[in-house]
Amino acid sequence: MTGPTEVLDCLGQRCPLPVIALARRLPELPVGAVLRVLADDPAAAVDIPAWCRMRGQEFVGRVSPTSYDVRRER
Amino acid sequence: MTVTGAYFDAATAAPLHPVARQALLAALEDGWADPNRLYTQARRARQLLDAARAVTADILGVRPDELSFTASGTAAAHAAVLGGLAGRHRAGRTFVHSAIEHSAVLHAAQRHVAAGGAAASVPVDRLGRLDPDAWAAAVAAPGVGLAALISASHEVGTVQPVAAAAEACAAAGVPLYVDAAQSVGRTPVPEGWSLLSASAHKWGGPPGVGVLVVRKGTRWESPYPADERESGRTPGVLDLPAVVAAAAALRAVTADAAAEATRLRALVDRVRTTVAATVPDVEVVGHPTDRLPHLVTFSCLYVDGEALLHALDRRGFAVSSGSSCTASTLRPSHVLEAMGVLSHGNVRVSLHRDTTEAEVDRFLAELPQVVADLRAEAGAAGL
Ligand SMILES: Cc1ncc(COP(=O)(O)O)c(C=O)c1O
Repeated sequence: MTGPTEVLDCLGQRCPLPVIALARRLPELPVGAVLRVLADDPAAAVDIPAWCRMRGQEFVGRVSPTSYDVRRER
Repeated sequence: MTVTGAYFDAATAAPLHPVARQALLAALEDGWADPNRLYTQARRARQLLDAARAVTADILGVRPDELSFTASGTAAAHAAVLGGLAGRHRAGRTFVHSAIEHSAVLHAAQRHVAAGGAAASVPVDRLGRLDPDAWAAAVAAPGVGLAALISASHEVGTVQPVAAAAEACAAAGVPLYVDAAQSVGRTPVPEGWSLLSASAHKWGGPPGVGVLVVRKGTRWESPYPADERESGRTPGVLDLPAVVAAAAALRAVTADAAAEATRLRALVDRVRTTVAATVPDVEVVGHPTDRLPHLVTFSCLYVDGEALLHALDRRGFAVSSGSSCTASTLRPSHVLEAMGVLSHGNVRVSLHRDTTEAEVDRFLAELPQVVADLRAEAGAAGL
């Protein structure tokens, strides 16, 4: 497995800020790219997968307690 | 201060029912004595307490001696969990509960675990409904002392399969505790449970009155230092005028419950469909049909829950939220978390007998702009 295409540092930000940052950045990456979001707000664990579901993007997984990988699907 | 505006937080506390107000004032006059004494004033207080118990027990379909009043729904939940586990400590020390119980139940579970017991949480699906197979497996495991299932979610309104859960418990020989705080006074609670709790300020009674029912034959042991009152289940003297008012309110709301449920259900359905249609990027959560009549929850993408509550409050709408930072915690609601639904920008609207159609329509008319403004402020418009 290859690593993420890019890392988005949202440590210290409260939800919904990490989700807003993700929504802003992911469409700028090519389809298939993986964005790793670093976030330590506990709500990110629910809200990043929920955003992916609502937006039709792939939630690859939580790779550490504070990092989440998302792949641009469309 | 007189509260004006639309109050949409009945799931926290319903406005005092007018019948409760009357009963409360009357009971303050002649219900202040201690019902356990042997003089005239005490006998009058005893009559009032017995009558309140008889009415409440009758409505819940239980015997009066199975029902104790408590100081809150929280106190009743603590007593149900810890007393139910203590009574069965030889049979098993594991407490099985759904992942979406009220914090009162979860905090009692934590206490049980801290004292050397165990707890097992059973998941729900995306609509907030208990996983019946996981439940059946959890209660059938060896060493289960007690199982707890909320009658319907206080956060998203999804009604739980209590009858099926009770059957699984019966097959496993495990008593079932049902936290019926959001159902009592609004919808019937299925049979099959051993312990039940409720809370008067959810049905239009005053705050500070809870109900604990322990069915005959259920092993229950008080988790408190000894006290004879309320069949040894509630320590300390009751707030008798509030208890009298709670019972009066329960009788009044039960008489209207079916008609009121139909009326509120139509308003809740309108909120569900209108919000989904008029607010972009919103997730309306909870089961679409198998739900409480008075409560609806949705989450708005890119919106801060606390900012949304304040913006709505400024426009005269009182709602609550399961988003983090809206309560005393930095964590999002464990209920939304267990369902795997969006937790930020969350709003819970819960209606009551004074709620008008006009209030709901005003809310629906103003909400899209409130959300759009907050998204624009956050730089999230058009994402
Ligand atoms: C499902 C549920 N259980 C228990 C409680 C606690 O009741 P009370 O507010 O009377 O302590 C509540 C109210 O918040 C509730 O909604």
